[in-house]
Amino acid sequence: MRFMMIVKATTDSEARVMPSQELIDAMQKYNEELVKAGVLLAADGLMPSSSAIRISYPEPGAKPKLVDGPFTESKELIAGYTLIEVKSREEAVEWALRMPDPHGSGQGEIELRQVFEVEELMDNPDTLAKEATLRRQVEEQKKA
Amino acid sequence: MSSAQTHRTIDAIWRMESAKLIAGLTRMVRDVALAEDLAQDALLIALERWPETGIPDNPGGWLMTTAKRRAIDFMRRNKLRDQKYGEIGRTAPLYTEDDVDQALDGEISDDLLRLIFMTCHPVLSQDARVALTLRLLCGLTTDEIARSFLVAESTVAQRIVRAKRTLSAEKVPFEVPTGEELNQRMAAVLEVIYLMFNEGYSATSGEHWTRPLLCQEALRLGRILAEIAPNEQEVHGLVALMEIQASRLKTRINAKGEPILLMDQNRAKWDQLLIRRGITALERSRKLGRPLGPYSLQAAISACHAEARSAAETDWIRIAALYEALARLSPSPIVELNRAVAISMAFGPAFGLQIVDELNKEPSLKGYHLLPSVRADLLAKLGRYDEARSEFERAASMTRNTRERELLLQRAADCESGTYQ
Repeated sequence: MRFMMIVKATTDSEARVMPSQELIDAMQKYNEELVKAGVLLAADGLMPSSSAIRISYPEPGAKPKLVDGPFTESKELIAGYTLIEVKSREEAVEWALRMPDPHGSGQGEIELRQVFEVEELMDNPDTLAKEATLRRQVEEQKKA
Repeated sequence: MSSAQTHRTIDAIWRMESAKLIAGLTRMVRDVALAEDLAQDALLIALERWPETGIPDNPGGWLMTTAKRRAIDFMRRNKLRDQKYGEIGRTAPLYTEDDVDQALDGEISDDLLRLIFMTCHPVLSQDARVALTLRLLCGLTTDEIARSFLVAESTVAQRIVRAKRTLSAEKVPFEVPTGEELNQRMAAVLEVIYLMFNEGYSATSGEHWTRPLLCQEALRLGRILAEIAPNEQEVHGLVALMEIQASRLKTRINAKGEPILLMDQNRAKWDQLLIRRGITALERSRKLGRPLGPYSLQAAISACHAEARSAAETDWIRIAALYEALARLSPSPIVELNRAVAISMAFGPAFGLQIVDELNKEPSLKGYHLLPSVRADLLAKLGRYDEARSEFERAASMTRNTRERELLLQRAADCESGTYQ
């Protein structure tokens, strides 16, 4: 299963302040670890929101509205992401915990989200049925 | 954290660390079975302690230190090879977690590589190599391996026990071979990984549920090997081949569970991330500047299909050339048949038919229904409908798949009514 570690923006990353060499080294070492474990699919840093464009649809059916960045509330913005392929949610958490504090300024935050891939179970009715059963069982176990 | 949660976390840590642990311990004790036991002991201790003390900051280092202490105790008790004990006894008690980590960082890649070569040693049967690799390097349980290969768990367990015993009895060294032996053994390693991948990839029936796991494990192992043996060209070739093939996993079967042929797949659903990774791996293989090996060539063929935006835009001339190279490097009737198809797509059915007619004399393809099927298609394209019809019927009588038989008989009927497309 695939998980995305979403690194949230900070006032520094928004201001384009480069992280310390130490942090860059630590991050690089971490990425190498992911590569060596065969779990890294992709990782990128994003430009600050000053270069972003927001496209919103405030009214149904109407034309979209375009707004240029920068945007405020840096904690809601994204500074980068790392996409990994692992066997379990726990493994994803474990990898995320091993990532260095992404900013080192007390504002670091990583959000871990699973990539949606139910359809990857090959649109096969047998598989989907099995999955439905399994989900029901899991739900029931939770209730019990 | 509840104890169930802690157990799940420990399980995840085990999957992440077990191969490294076993590899490192095998270097110490020169015995995979013992190394695995020691690693498992460390895991048991962790399962006891961590729910109370919490998970340490460096769980891998903790497990390694614990396992090493067990190793020393074990050797002390058994007086197993004094020299070995002395070696470890001198260094091990001085290790702190950080030291272990540093010590491991340098050597662990090599240890993993040695472990892969050990589990793929020719004294073991192919089945044993696969089972042992999945167990020691991918951290799969015997139950998971059994489900993946549709055999009984006891069979897998026996296979693994016997394999470990054989490695020990035959004194298989924990090392990466050199020279000509390296090439042969590397080929065996790649074969095991590709076999795992294909078991997961080609299954269109049976235990659907566990098979994607097998593909993922093979791919992960290939990716690891590419990092620890970056100068081995064919490793990158195999990784490229697996990445590109995996990119089509979602589109290979329709809603009824029937296979969809490459040319009919919905290319919009191919996983572009995996295609890009595959093409990057192929680039790495090419950059090593040696003539491409069989895996790299197959990856290059796969990449041609991946890069064509539609089936009609496929560069068949290039594919035909790549098959030509592949046929020279590792000739086989199946490669030859694929070459015939590529040539007919590139230069016309008459050229393909020449090759297929030659293959008709090949005894190993006698029961292979795709041969008359391809021949029939080429004959029909040349307007020789009567011959095409009987070839389709022959192919239909040879296939064991009902749906495929229906399709072939339909084509035979189309030849008769002159509606063949």
